[in-house]
Amino acid sequence: MKIGVCVKQVPAKDAPLAIVDGGAWIRESDIGFETNEPDSFALEESLRLKEKHGGEVVAISMGPDRAKQTIKEALAKGADRGIHIADDQFFKLDPLSSARSIAAAIKDEKFDLLLTGLQSDDQGFGQTGVLLAELLGLPHATIIMQIDIVEGHMKLKRELEAGWFQWVELPLPAVLSIQSGINKPRYATLKGIMAAKKKEIATIHRASLGVADAPTQRIERIYIPQKTKKTEFITGQPKEVAAKLIEKLKHEARVL
Amino acid sequence: MKILLITEQREGKWNKVSFETLAAAQQIVQQTKGSLTAVVLGKGVAPLADEIAAYQLDELLLVEHDLLEKYTPDGFSLTLRQVIEFATPDLVLLPHTYQVRDYAPKLAASLGKGMIGDCIHYRYENGKLVFVRQMFQGRTNADVVFAGDAPWIATFQASAFRADLATKHASGKAPVKPVSVHLKPEQIRTKPLELFREAKQAVDLTQAPILISIGRGIKAPENIPMVEKLAKLIGGEICASRPICDEGWLPMDRQIGSSGQTVAPKLYLALGISGAIQHVVGMKGSRTVAAINKDQNAPIFEVADYGIVGDLFEVVPALIEELEKGH
Repeated sequence: MKIGVCVKQVPAKDAPLAIVDGGAWIRESDIGFETNEPDSFALEESLRLKEKHGGEVVAISMGPDRAKQTIKEALAKGADRGIHIADDQFFKLDPLSSARSIAAAIKDEKFDLLLTGLQSDDQGFGQTGVLLAELLGLPHATIIMQIDIVEGHMKLKRELEAGWFQWVELPLPAVLSIQSGINKPRYATLKGIMAAKKKEIATIHRASLGVADAPTQRIERIYIPQKTKKTEFITGQPKEVAAKLIEKLKHEARVL
Repeated sequence: MKILLITEQREGKWNKVSFETLAAAQQIVQQTKGSLTAVVLGKGVAPLADEIAAYQLDELLLVEHDLLEKYTPDGFSLTLRQVIEFATPDLVLLPHTYQVRDYAPKLAASLGKGMIGDCIHYRYENGKLVFVRQMFQGRTNADVVFAGDAPWIATFQASAFRADLATKHASGKAPVKPVSVHLKPEQIRTKPLELFREAKQAVDLTQAPILISIGRGIKAPENIPMVEKLAKLIGGEICASRPICDEGWLPMDRQIGSSGQTVAPKLYLALGISGAIQHVVGMKGSRTVAAINKDQNAPIFEVADYGIVGDLFEVVPALIEELEKGH
């Protein structure tokens, strides 16, 4: 089974976010980046499917040169090769243009299964998997909590809202968006890290894909939201703030 | 602006976010002096169509087909593509539900259009709609606008608008127009099977008057007993944001947020929770919210009455000490 998995590189969760003047994007120069956490669940699931059914896992990432690090981490965990769709201005792409670019870059791979995480922790549009399915003419399912593959088709457990789930059947090939928490992502081993050095990463420049520059939406401005609720901040040493908070909860809010 | 509102039901029951999106749609129609058409789709859903036609709408489109009885992304997007081509709206609005996120991007792409999803707000300025959505897990907002020609497709997050502000129809009821669509069984590649719930929920967090909730800031499962001790002293139940349950540090039934439980306790104490919208929708009805977080820009402070910017590993032991002193 040939499995493609989309992994995105995003600002590290604890990175301090500063917004560039004019609000076009965040200041990327002084922050760390990491693999988008929801994508690590998709990667883990693809590695487990390969271990069970055989085949190959290809890690796909779009972004500037640094995005290769995310592919390298996937290779160190057990992916077989990588595809880097290089674009320094990736952050400006709207979801449809991103998906069109990925679809153009991988259409000849003819994956049996293409996995994505649920959404990215930066822009968080949460559309890539569904869009790829439409653009590649494949069926899809999202928010997947379990994958059972039996003779060319899949039985999938989808999470619905408010504690409900649903089983659905889907033929292969298909695109699945994986729900976070479906598995426990592995860590790369030293052996894996060494082995990854010999694995291939193909670089495709996005500009060479012939995807028309036709944005459907544009981020005008990013900003720190204005507060809607008046928060009373309690300051001081830990002992002081603890005493003050309890006092306020007891006598002001009267909830203790 | 000509607006098409797609409502959501499952097995004849509304997804209530439909009415919140209806309120938003009515508001945009008023500001843009436009028109509003709503869509109800499914099988045997005429009673639901009548219910929504009682609201201020210009028209209701009732789309029924045997193949729409159960949701499938193929069935719904093929159907709604035909409805959009029939109704020729400028703006298509949907509630941002799990079902919508499963098919709406596909629907948009099949029309060659984009979708701005998960909006929390909009502004109408200089004759243009600006949609506001969160990015970086709620740490920033973003103003997003459509580029290119209509139709544009946007979805609104749960509790972004108040359903009770949706206005009823001025003269009784909007006309209900049945619309037929072409759909063949072989076009539907997903086979939907049974809906089910996992094991009965052991704790009913919705009934707890005090909740102490932990997020990523708790760092490791070894730190949870400290919070349990605090919960015991304060008479509260312990709960968490999604990543904590994903890690298995607390059972899934203690998860608060869009994929977990929605609660409105007397006191919600958030420890090391950043406050991503998916979490906040599950707790923002709480009477009093107190939050401890080391990041002063954490969005949890947006909804907090009391905020402490600090290290929870220093503040929580101090709270425990203070409470023990009082006993």
